[in-house]
Amino acid sequence: MFAFIVSRLLQAIPVMLTVSLISFSMFAYVGDPVAIMLGQDYTEAQRAALVRELGLDRPFYVQFVVFLQNAAQGEFGLSYRLARPVADLILERMPATLELSFTAACLALVVGVPMGVYTGLYRDSWLSRFFLTISLIGVSLPTFLIGILLILVFAVILGVLPSFGRGETVAIGWWTTGFLTASGLKALILPSITLGMFQMTLIMRLVRSEMLEVLRTDYIKFARARGLSNRAVHFGHALKNTLVPVITITGLQLGAIIAFAIVTETVFQWPGMGLLFIQAVANADIPIMAAYLLLIALLFVVINLIVDLLYYAVDPRLRGGLRAAGGR
Amino acid sequence: MRPHLLAAAAAAALLGPMGDAHARTVRWSASGDPNTMDPHSQNLGTVTMVLQQIYDALIMRDRNLGLQPGLATAWRQVEPTRWRFELRRGVTFHDGSVFNADDVVFSIQRALAPTSNYGIFVDTVAEVVRVDDHTVEVVTKIPDPILPNKFASVYIMDREWSEANNVRQPQNTRAREETHTVRNTNGTGAYRLSIREPDVRTVLVRNDDWWGWKEPGNDGNIAEIVYRPITSDATRVAALLSGEVDFVLDPPLQDLDRLRRAPGVTVLEGPEVRTIFFAMDVKRDELLYSSVKGRNPFKDLRVRQALYHAIDIEAIRSRVMRGNAIVTGTLFPPQVNGYSKEQDVRLPFNPDRARALLAEAGYPQGFEVTLDCPNNRYINDEQICQAVAAMWTRVGVTTRLNAMPLANFFPKIQREDTSIYLLGWGVPTLDALYSIQSLLASKDGEPGNGIWNYGNYSNARVDALTRTIKNEGDPERRTAAIHEVLRIYREDVPHIPLHHQMIPWAMRSNLSIPHMANNQPYWRWAKMN
Repeated sequence: MFAFIVSRLLQAIPVMLTVSLISFSMFAYVGDPVAIMLGQDYTEAQRAALVRELGLDRPFYVQFVVFLQNAAQGEFGLSYRLARPVADLILERMPATLELSFTAACLALVVGVPMGVYTGLYRDSWLSRFFLTISLIGVSLPTFLIGILLILVFAVILGVLPSFGRGETVAIGWWTTGFLTASGLKALILPSITLGMFQMTLIMRLVRSEMLEVLRTDYIKFARARGLSNRAVHFGHALKNTLVPVITITGLQLGAIIAFAIVTETVFQWPGMGLLFIQAVANADIPIMAAYLLLIALLFVVINLIVDLLYYAVDPRLRGGLRAAGGR
Repeated sequence: MRPHLLAAAAAAALLGPMGDAHARTVRWSASGDPNTMDPHSQNLGTVTMVLQQIYDALIMRDRNLGLQPGLATAWRQVEPTRWRFELRRGVTFHDGSVFNADDVVFSIQRALAPTSNYGIFVDTVAEVVRVDDHTVEVVTKIPDPILPNKFASVYIMDREWSEANNVRQPQNTRAREETHTVRNTNGTGAYRLSIREPDVRTVLVRNDDWWGWKEPGNDGNIAEIVYRPITSDATRVAALLSGEVDFVLDPPLQDLDRLRRAPGVTVLEGPEVRTIFFAMDVKRDELLYSSVKGRNPFKDLRVRQALYHAIDIEAIRSRVMRGNAIVTGTLFPPQVNGYSKEQDVRLPFNPDRARALLAEAGYPQGFEVTLDCPNNRYINDEQICQAVAAMWTRVGVTTRLNAMPLANFFPKIQREDTSIYLLGWGVPTLDALYSIQSLLASKDGEPGNGIWNYGNYSNARVDALTRTIKNEGDPERRTAAIHEVLRIYREDVPHIPLHHQMIPWAMRSNLSIPHMANNQPYWRWAKMN
């Protein structure tokens, strides 16, 4: 067990290095941070001084190595745009993103699973067709469009929900939460629907196909032959057996939700890490971009590790041969 | 960060009610957030739109952007290179300390620091001398007649506060730690900073002790200002329509019609100090992007005049800009010191004359050229270029349009990798020198000369006049020199000017605020019902 974790962590190192190398080599194309920082009026001398001060005149590999050394010590420098430590900024924005992602994931599960069960059980009912049509919209409409449509209906026309921001937040230590105030909860509704829509339809379709699969198996027929109630058959036997892949996918999708919260956060001016990243891109704020991409890579590595450990716990067959899990 | 905010919030709660029975809060938004609260670090509109509510300058702008007394009650040029400022008495900073000459000396020196972005406003300053507690003299390297215009952009900080908080210099990006001024202020202005959460909200509360409330004209009734940036255009408009914000500084143009029709929303339009024009490569012997080989048609005055005559400016004003533009024939708008009505005359729209001039210049069949144009920098920039390209093509100069985002456009023209391009030029000093020096002077290595002259226009007389405008202390002789440049500008056609831009502001109808040509809301003049 311990050896397994260590080997997975060792595998994570080249992944992180590759991500940081790729992101670093992309920074050459995001624009010139110096020009943005100096504004309209500057002399060549001022420009040269700033380039030297930021260390942008050093060769690429030197900049990269210095970045890695600092990153290993948790030191990401100051944001070019906000002149504040990058680590502070990310920590400040993290609660907003995590709360939004968590709510969106819960919403996707709570709505997606029952819809999947229903459409699996009653394949030909009109409600099933309606759900499937809705899910098609969820899969095919781009996130920003869903967000804008929700704003138009619920904020502009009906005027019942806020169109942007996080509402009032309460600080608990360094964590800020919107769960404890009415305006904070109201502000969560539209963004979490927008963000969770895709995952919801994904889960619904997954549960549906798993249900269809399971309902054809012998043990379901046997359960029916034993005269068990529909309820016991559907939820006690069928649904239980569909949940393993659902949990796996949900876990993996959580990483995607956090990483792709960028679009939703931009549409709703949600003060999370994704918005911070987008603004960093617009201003060529390299320290923030580097730290954020590294963090997201780390997040995926950790989530993958946890999912692997869950497999290990759930599936007794894997305990004998760990290499099978490692090759997933 | 939390303890700071809590303390600030607690302080705001204590100061809160202000005794005003109907404390009015204005909530406003724009796409960008100020990236610092340091008054000498970033010379950007998004920063000054908040800081000018908090900090005062020695000389301030009135509603027409003219100069009026600020922290200085009087100023005069006692010698060609020496200005004397009489300071206002009885002024206190937000933390209660008294404003005096030391603070002025300190602030001007701070603006001169290498990490300052405000160097252009103090570029001629050699020395600042404290005469007594309420008098300061500024010694300049050369006679600087427009020093007061520049000083209207230099904010005054408290020396003691700055020293106590270790912010003697503007913030430094290389530093490992956050500078105190990034999120804290201590000004003398009409509003004090109450909450600062970068990218989320910035809350200012009225400073009832402000000296200016006693002055005529400062009759605003806003007690609290809440600024929340909204990056997404559609969301910003939605927030205004749903009443979640009261004022939007930069409504997207495509939504203006909708906003005008919406009940309870007013769109205010006014001129901006920004002029849109075409500039062209007049130096190379052969254009980079043209069918003409072996010579440069733009070196010929008649070709430049032909392109000018070919533009149907009325069509651009009424159709492309939907009436929101002020047509011009000169380099900068009337708000700028040195403007001349006589020189603000366009070559008339006359396609026949354009064809005749082209034939005279040796291009009876016309020629081809590529026009570089930004598509997200100025109002309707790409549409303007499309319209003009069609007009030029009609008189024989077949114009290919190369429109691109500003992130690509500016590096391209800055490499001088262009034959003709569209540019818009704003004038923060509101003085002609800024435009003439940057756009028309030859690149001779002098700081500021020709830094945005990517067509490499060069005219010995203009260069001589630029020197005069820089150094001449006598306002009349200086104005005469500016007018001569503008005459050359009209006759020699270094640019083809189009119009001064107009900028729309959108707000709830119960709010009134004077529209300012520098695109800055002055909340001390705002009223809310």
